Formats: sequence, structure tokens, C-alpha cells
Amino acid sequence: MKINDFDIATSLNTSGLVIKIGFFKYNILSKLKSLEESIATLYCDYEISDYEANFELVDFHVIVKEVRTFPAVLKKQAQFFLDSTAPFNPLPLQHAPAIIEWGMNWCVSSQVNTHLIIHAAVIEKNGFVAIMPAPPGAGKSTLTASLIQEGWRLLSDELALIDLETYQVAPFPRPVSLKNESINVIKNRYPNVVFGPVSSDTSKGNVCHIRPPTLSVKEQHVNCPVAWIIFPKYEKDAETELAPFGKAQTLISVAENSFNYSVLGRMGFDILKYIIDKADCYQFKYSNLDEAVKLFSELESPK
Amino acid sequence: MKTPILIGVFSGTVTFSQLTENEWDILLRQARKAMLLAKLYYLVESKQWLDKVPLRAFRYLKSAQVHAEKQANDLHWEIRHLEIVAKKLNHNLTLLKGAAYTVMGVKASKGRVFSDIDILVCYEDIASTEKQLMINGWAPSYLDDYDQRYYRLWMHEIPAMRHMFRGSVIDLHHNILPRTVKACPNANLLLENVQSHVNYKGINVLSSVDMIIHSATHLFYDGELEHGCRDILDLYDLLTEYLENSGMLDSLVNRANELGLQKPVYYALRYTHLILGFETAGRYTKKLNKNIPSYLMRFVMDFLFMRALMPDHKSCNDYATGVARWCLYVRSHWLRMPIYQLIPHLFRKSYGRLLSDSEH
Repeated sequence: MKINDFDIATSLNTSGLVIKIGFFKYNILSKLKSLEESIATLYCDYEISDYEANFELVDFHVIVKEVRTFPAVLKKQAQFFLDSTAPFNPLPLQHAPAIIEWGMNWCVSSQVNTHLIIHAAVIEKNGFVAIMPAPPGAGKSTLTASLIQEGWRLLSDELALIDLETYQVAPFPRPVSLKNESINVIKNRYPNVVFGPVSSDTSKGNVCHIRPPTLSVKEQHVNCPVAWIIFPKYEKDAETELAPFGKAQTLISVAENSFNYSVLGRMGFDILKYIIDKADCYQFKYSNLDEAVKLFSELESPK
Repeated sequence: MKTPILIGVFSGTVTFSQLTENEWDILLRQARKAMLLAKLYYLVESKQWLDKVPLRAFRYLKSAQVHAEKQANDLHWEIRHLEIVAKKLNHNLTLLKGAAYTVMGVKASKGRVFSDIDILVCYEDIASTEKQLMINGWAPSYLDDYDQRYYRLWMHEIPAMRHMFRGSVIDLHHNILPRTVKACPNANLLLENVQSHVNYKGINVLSSVDMIIHSATHLFYDGELEHGCRDILDLYDLLTEYLENSGMLDSLVNRANELGLQKPVYYALRYTHLILGFETAGRYTKKLNKNIPSYLMRFVMDFLFMRALMPDHKSCNDYATGVARWCLYVRSHWLRMPIYQLIPHLFRKSYGRLLSDSEH
């Protein structure tokens, strides 16, 4: 079922709303009005159901609720729960839409070791993906948000999930998170993009999520092999530059951006080695999005 | 009270073939909260059921098992470093609990996750060991003077030490119960009976019987029971393995008498019987006859422990679970210190907490 023919408020308030994202099922419970709105906006293309309808086995039971903590009892705060565990401190109530997005990513990055997980954006063209690992602030999301409007398929904006047997990337398409100036950059470039509510003045500044393209959600079960590993970096006034990056250095940098490389031990190394041996590895500097988009369109898929 | 599914599968009253998808969902949530996912993986494996587990459940059993394996691997590496520490000292280091189970490869270690490495040395050796650990990279925690004094004067361990680069945490003990506890045993009796590890020079573990007694003492004197379910399963594994190897539990009873720790051993036998259906343990409670809880006390303790030793998940709670956990928390403080020390300590702690909160 899709969100439009569904009373999501009732599900969210009572036993939960089950959303299928990639190969995960989340059951989301919340009485917060702001979340109702952001979920209706951002998740309208996903398969959803009411938890009570079939009491199925889900991956994560996620709850966001209003809490009041001593001594700041007068401050309205929202807190994220995985089942009954609260992994993070509560934040101002108006940040709830961002809190749930961060929390849902955390569920995967902290609980899953059946895949090698890299902090990276993943996009696909002609059946091959580019993995773009980068620390926060490198301009990864702005670039991703642009490329997925220009014919690339979104597999993930945050987490590259690499299957331990096939070495392919499993899609985990989620709303793309934009911060501060990036919000307006994308708004102006792509007026058709749908934005969720803005969470202002968070620890990362103003945060806003955009709805992933319908096609990316539709193809969220199609795994793909890796053809490119690209480390993007936005630099004010920089010339657009795609420079080859050494394979050994690539391996170390990808490992540094991984959540569970060391947990997987030998297997983690073997997988990265296999992928990096086959992929073209680059460092990418940009300031002009038009040039960046053009350069990405010229990347050649492997034969 | 209904038995939680997690307890059911570990005690064998529930088989995996009976479980619906929804029951798997609840089982996983209970196991995740109780830190027993990896242990559950090995249980499923031992029943040859891994390939029949629903994919969505298998994912988290496997993930937890991979993580537990990695932790066990890391531990062996840390012990290699502790060998160097032991070499510099003229005494050995005795590992306790999780670390001891893992280096000995006992049944209780399979899939057990833990956060610290617990070490026991005799009281006189604390200073030299602490110094040698510091030289090898373990930095002491920064606590205020009150907390430092609290640990060093009253407790059975010094403040935790964390390795500067690898992040491993060591709790250095000189006894298994705080010095202020009435039942605090003579630690030398434990240290006289240690077994040395075949592969690690200078590294010991407690004798098998003392390992059981320590596990029991820790569980039944401790107030923080959110991992009580894991700990009672530890005891079950330790007891059943010991019984398999030696055929009886008489030496456990004798040792409990010798150390004056009949009460925790009594509870260990009683609750592995009542919760996990370990009948032999139930029979041995009758052999303990000195210094054990009265009939009334047993009734009260059953009410409390039969709730607090369940997984700390809302699906396992009934009307009295919260109260039971709170009572046991108060009890643990009551046992920990005489009242004339406890009252000022609690006052001081709550005052300190108020102060630090209002600073935020």
C-alpha cells in the first residue's frame, strides 16, 4: 500500500506504521504532529502497512516521543528510541523530523554486520554504482541531491551496504539530508524537488530532507556492482578536478569511513580489496555544480 | 506471570519450530535488550536451526555473533599485552568473569559480550599493578576526590583504567565484594586456588568452583540488574558445565561454606532451577544448610528475583517488575555498606547529581 490511500496518523499513534526501506522494515511509532507531516511528505513512494494488521517481524521498532527531563522540565524535547533503548540525548522538540532520520540511519550503522557498511553516498548509472565516501561537510549530499535529479539512481545518501557474498551494493534509499546553504542551492536548481520540514539550529545547523526520486524507491531491491570510488570535496571557487587516487590509499580512506570494517576483520579487508581492485578511484574537487554534473555524466561504465 | 519467550528457548520449554514471525520479533527484542543476541545465535546453531530462522531475524543473530567473535579476538590481543604487564610484576594477574570465561573457552563464553576486563590481585599488590598498567598505556579515570576516596577506601576495586590508544578498559580488583560488605570473603582464599592459563604466562583464572561463586556473588549482591538475565544464564552455563565435568556439585557447596558465601550460591542454585529448569541445582539447595535465607525471606526474594532476572524488556514486565527492580537496587546498597556510611554517601551522591545537572 502507498501512503496516499492510508491513514498514517492512526498507525503512527497506535501500534505503528511499517515502512519498507531497502531490505529493512521499520515500525515507526510517534504521536508528534511534525513527524506525521514529514513522513507523509518524504515517504509517499514507499511500501507501507499498519503494524497491527499482520504483526510481522520487523527490523527496527523506532519510537520518537516528547520527553521532559529534570531539571529542564519546562523545555519541550523529543527523544529517539530503538525499542525501549534511548541511544541519544533528547533534543529540542522542533528537531523531531531530523532526529528520526538520524536515528533510522543509526539503527543500521550500529546493528548490522551482515554487510560491510561505509559512510558514503551511492548512486547508479547503467547498472554500476559510484561510492562516494566523505566526512560531514565535504559536500557529498549536495552533489548527490543534484546527480539524482540528472539521471543517476539513488542507492543511499549516507550508508553504502556492501553484501558480504556478492560484493554488490544493496540500496538503502532514504531522504537526502541537506544543510544550511545547500538547501537553497538545490531549491533554486531543481524547483520540482519536494522538501520535508526544516529543523533549524540543530548541532549541524539548519537541516532539511528531500524526497528521494520515485524510481529510486521503486528499484530499492536492485543490487549493483561497484565501478567507481570517488572522494568528493566541495571547495569554494575550486576548479572542477577529477584526479586519480592510489588504490592503497583508497583502501585506507574507505576503511576509515567504514562503521564495521574492523568488526568484520579479515573479511572486511578482502571485500574492500576486491572492490577497489576493480573500481576506478578518484578524488573529486568541485565548486560549480553544472561542471560536476557534466563530469559525472562523462564517466565511462566498465565494459 | 507468563514466561518470556527468551527464557523459554534457553530453558528448552519453547522450541524454535513453534515460533511464529511475531514471536521471533519479540524474541529478538528481548534478546537485544538483554545483550543475548549472540548467545541466541549459538543456541539456534546448536539446535541446527540456523538455516530455518526467518531472514529478518537471522540478520541480527549473525550480526551479533560477528561482533562477539571480534570482541573475543580483541580480548586475546589485550591479554597478550597483560602478559607484558605481568612479566614486569612479581605476581600474576587473575582474570575474572567475561574475560576469564573467554580465555578458558568455557561454555558461558560463547556469544557473551562484555565491556571491561576484570582483574584480581591481592590488596598489597594494587599499587604496583596500577603503576605497571599505567606504564603500559592504561590511564586512570579522572574522578573527584570524594569518588577516589570512595573507591580506594571502601570498594573492592579501584576506578576503571582505559587504554589511551586501544580503548580497552580494566577494572582492577582486590576482592570480589566491597570491603564494607559483611560477607566480604578473604580474597587470599580465592587467590590460593587459582588455575594458571596454559597459553598466557603470568595470567590466571579462578578455580572452576570459585568462578561459579564469584558469578553468583556478583549477581546477587549487585543492584544494577538490567543484565540480570544474561548473568543468570552465565550461572546456568557454568553450573551445567561443571556438573558435566565433575558429576556433582558437592565441592561447590563445601567451598561456599568455606568462604561464607552460602547465600549467593543458594540463590544461584535456586534461580537456575526455578527460571531455567535446572533440576539438579534445585536438589543441591537442600545441601546448603547454614546461613541461608529463611522461609519468609525466600518468599520475598522469589517475588523480587523472578521478575528482576527476566529480560529488561517491556514485554516481560508485569505490575510489580518496576517495584521489584527498585527494591533490589535499594537492597544492594543496604548490603553494600552499614547504614551510618550509606546515608551520608547517598546524600552526597544525589546532591552531586543535582549540581552537575543544573550546570548543563
